Amino acid sequence: MSNFYNDNQDIIFHMENMDLRRIVELKEDNFTDSKTCRYSPLDYEDTRDNYKKLLEIMGDITGNYIAPRATEVDQLGATYKDGEVAYAQGTKEAIDILKKADLMGMTLPRKYEGLNLPKTIYSMCIEMVSRADASLMNLVGLQDIADTICKFGSEDQKARYLPRFARGEVMGAMALTEPDAGSDLQAVMLKATQNPDGNWYLNGVKRFITNGCADVSLVLARSEDKTTDGRGLSLFVYERDKNMTIRRIEHKLGIHGSPTCEIQFNNARCELLGTRRMGLIKYTMSLMNGARLGIAAQSLGIAEAAYREALKYAKERNQFKKKILNFTAVYEMLTDMKIGLEASRTLLYETSKIVDIKEGLEERMEKYPERKSDLRDEISKYTKLAGLFTPLAKAHNAEIGNKICYDAIQIHGGVGYTTEFSVERHARDQRITNIYEGTTQMQIVAAIGGITSGLVSERLNEYENDNDFTKMPDLFKSLQELRTNLELAVSHIKKRNDNLSIEFHARRLTEMALYTVNSYLLSIAGLKNDRKKQIAKIYTSKALPDSRSRLEFISSNDYSIVELHEGIINH
Amino acid sequence: MGALNIIVTVKQVPDTHNISVDAMKEDGTVNRALLPTIFNPEDLNALEEALKVKDQLGGKITVITMGPPKAIEVLKDSLYRGADEAILISDRKFAGADTLATSYSLKCAIEKLGKYDIIFCGRQAIDGDTAQVGPQIAEKLKINQITNIINVEEVTHESITLRRQTEYGQEIVKSRFPVLITVTAEANEPRFPSVKRVMMFKNITKKETEESYDETYLKIDTDRSKKYITEWSADSIGADSIKIGLAGSPTKVKHIEKVVLTANSKNMQDIPNTEVGICALINELKNEHIFG
Repeated sequence: MSNFYNDNQDIIFHMENMDLRRIVELKEDNFTDSKTCRYSPLDYEDTRDNYKKLLEIMGDITGNYIAPRATEVDQLGATYKDGEVAYAQGTKEAIDILKKADLMGMTLPRKYEGLNLPKTIYSMCIEMVSRADASLMNLVGLQDIADTICKFGSEDQKARYLPRFARGEVMGAMALTEPDAGSDLQAVMLKATQNPDGNWYLNGVKRFITNGCADVSLVLARSEDKTTDGRGLSLFVYERDKNMTIRRIEHKLGIHGSPTCEIQFNNARCELLGTRRMGLIKYTMSLMNGARLGIAAQSLGIAEAAYREALKYAKERNQFKKKILNFTAVYEMLTDMKIGLEASRTLLYETSKIVDIKEGLEERMEKYPERKSDLRDEISKYTKLAGLFTPLAKAHNAEIGNKICYDAIQIHGGVGYTTEFSVERHARDQRITNIYEGTTQMQIVAAIGGITSGLVSERLNEYENDNDFTKMPDLFKSLQELRTNLELAVSHIKKRNDNLSIEFHARRLTEMALYTVNSYLLSIAGLKNDRKKQIAKIYTSKALPDSRSRLEFISSNDYSIVELHEGIINH
Repeated sequence: MGALNIIVTVKQVPDTHNISVDAMKEDGTVNRALLPTIFNPEDLNALEEALKVKDQLGGKITVITMGPPKAIEVLKDSLYRGADEAILISDRKFAGADTLATSYSLKCAIEKLGKYDIIFCGRQAIDGDTAQVGPQIAEKLKINQITNIINVEEVTHESITLRRQTEYGQEIVKSRFPVLITVTAEANEPRFPSVKRVMMFKNITKKETEESYDETYLKIDTDRSKKYITEWSADSIGADSIKIGLAGSPTKVKHIEKVVLTANSKNMQDIPNTEVGICALINELKNEHIFG
C-alpha cells in the first residue's frame, strides 16, 4: 500500500519549489469565486494548500485503490457484446471512487462545479492515474473534452453539459479518426447535414475511437458539401442515443481497460460546437493539444511504474553472489532511467505552466475585452510557446517512456517477459503513447517550425536572464555549447533554403532542441538542490556528445539516404 | 416520508499497524503520545454504510466521537467523506472510560440529539478489540441491535435488511427503525475524502455549546465561518458524573504482562519438501491443535 503522491520525492520537489503565483493569479482572478463558492480558496497560500491536499487524495486513491486493480483490468479488459461495451469491474469501481472524490471534472471552472485546477496540477494527477492503471487514464483524460465545450460552446451548451462532466455523470470521447483519416484528419468524410428545421445529423463511420461508447462525444464531421480539405470540417457535440451503433472494439497490445471502438452514426442528431468550418483548424487543434499534454503525463506515469519495478527487482535479485543492482551495466541503466523520468517530469511541468499561462491570458481577455491591447502580445508569445512545447513534451516523454519500459524488462531478464511481473504490462501499455494523439513523427512536424524560427533560443534567453547560472560555471559552459550546436545546425539548414533539408533533419533538430531545453531546465532545478545539480550534470554530459554527433551529421551535407533509399528499401 | 436521520459513532485510535519499539511504556501501558492516530478502520466501514444509505434514500448523517480535542481529526475526515454534522464529546471527566462508561456517555449524547433512525457503529476498535460499545449503546437506548454486518441487503424508509456473520454461518435479519448496527470490514471498501469537501471544511473549528442541538445554526452556508464542529461537555449532555470516566468504569487493569514471542531454536527442524515430510508436519500441527 502506498500513496503515489507522498512516495514520489520528485513530484514533491516540484510542488515545493514551483512558483505558481502567475498561474494562480490568472486562474483565480483575485479569488472572486470565494464569494460565491464554498470550496474556493481565499488566497495564494490557501490555493497551494488545496492543490497539495488534492494531490494527497489522488495519491491515496491511485496507490491504494486503483493500482491493486490494474492487473485484473488488464487481464479482463473492456468487452463487447451485442452492440454494447462493458468496462472491466476494476475500471467501473475506479471511476466510481474518483467520482465520489470529486475528481472527474478537475479543470472545469467552479461555475460548472469543477475544481478550476491548472493544467500543471492536473498533469501531476494524470501521471499518478497512469502509474496506477494506464488504461484508466484514457477514460479520465477524456473528461478533457469538457474543456473544449467550455472554451468554444454556447452558454446554453456549457450549462447543459459541463456540470454533468464535473459530477462524473457522463464520460467523454473524441471521435476524430476514420478508416482513411488517421494522421491526416483533413481527409475526414463523416457527413454532417443540416435539416431545414435547423438540426444537424451525422452519417458515417469513425474508427479507433477511445471510449467511443461514451455518453457525450465530440465528432469531427464534414459539414460543407463538396469540400475536401480541413476547411470543410466542423465539430459537433453528440449525446449517445440509439442512432449510433458500436460495430466492434479493437483487440489491442495494451491499455486493455480502455475500449477502442468502431462506431457508426445513422442519422444521429447532434449539435454544432462553435462556428462552422472551424472544426479542424481551431477546435480539434485545441482538443488535441490538451490530449497531447495528457499523453506526455501518461507516458511518464507508466515509465515511473516500470522504473520502480525494475529498481525493486534489481535490489532483490542475486546473481554471481551479488545483487544485480551492483553490476555497472545495471546501475547505469537504472540511473539513465531515473534521469529520463526526472527530465520528462521537468519538461512536462514547464509545458503545463506555459499552457496554463496561455489559457489564463485568453480567459482574461474574454472576461475583460477592454484590456485586449495590453494582453495581445503576451497571448501571442505563449500561444507560440505552447505550440512548440506541447509536441516536444509529448514526443520526448513517449519515446523516453518506451525506452524506460524496454529497459525495465531488460533488468528483469526472462521473468520480465512473463505475465507474473507487471513490467510486460507497462511496456505494452506504454507502446501506444508514441503513436496516438499524433505519432512522434507528427509531433516533430508540429515542433520543427518553432525550432527553426528561433523560438527555442528566445526561451533559452529567458532562462538565462531569470537564473544565475554563474553559480555553476562548468554546467553553464555545457549549456552554452548545447545551445550553440543547435543554433549552428539550424542556421546551417536554413542556409540551404529548401524544405527537404528541414524535413530530413527535423528529427535530429528536435532531439538537439530537447537535449538543450532539458539541460537548461534540469540545471535550473539544480540551482535549488544539490541532488538535482548532479542529475543536470549527468544528463548534460550525455546530451553533449549526442548533440555534437547530430551537428556533425547535419553539417556533413550527406543526403545519401534521400538519394539512395529507394534502391536500398526495395532490394 | 421524513428524511432518514443516521448517526455514526467513530473513534480515533492508535495506528497499530505502525507500532514502533517505543510504543509501550516501562509499565506496559500504551504510549499514546508516540503513536500516530488513525480513524478506527471499522468505523470507516460504518460511515461508508451510512453514506450508501444516504446516497440511496437521502437523509442526514451525524457523526459523534468521544475523545480528546485532537479527536476532531476523525470528525473532519467524516465531513470530508460526506457526513453532514459532527459532534465532539470531550471533557476531562470522561478520561479513563471503559466500554460501559463510554457507551453511557454516547447514549447521553444520542439522546440529546433526539430523533434517529439508524445508528451505525464499527464492530470494534483496533485498540481494545472488545466489540462491546455498540451493543451497550443499543441496550441503554432500549432499541434493536444487529451486529457483525457484512452486507446491507435492502433499506427502505421504515426498515433495513442485513446480512450478518455468525460463528456458524450467515443470517439475514430485518429490523424496523430505530436500530443500531455494527459493521465489519468485510461490508465494504470505504470511499475516499471528497476533494471539494476537504477544500470546504479543512479550516473548520469546533465550538463549545451548552445550547440544545440547533439545526439552523449548523446549516451549511456560503459563509464558511458559520460551520462548526459542535463540542459537548459531560454537563451539556446531562451525564451522571458517577457513570462516566474512571468513576463509571468497573473494568480495572490489575496486571499487564509483556509477552515476547520468540522461536525456540532448539525445536527448529528442517522439513523435507516431500510428501512424507509435509504429511508429518501436518500431523504434528494437528496433534498440537494448531490445525483444527
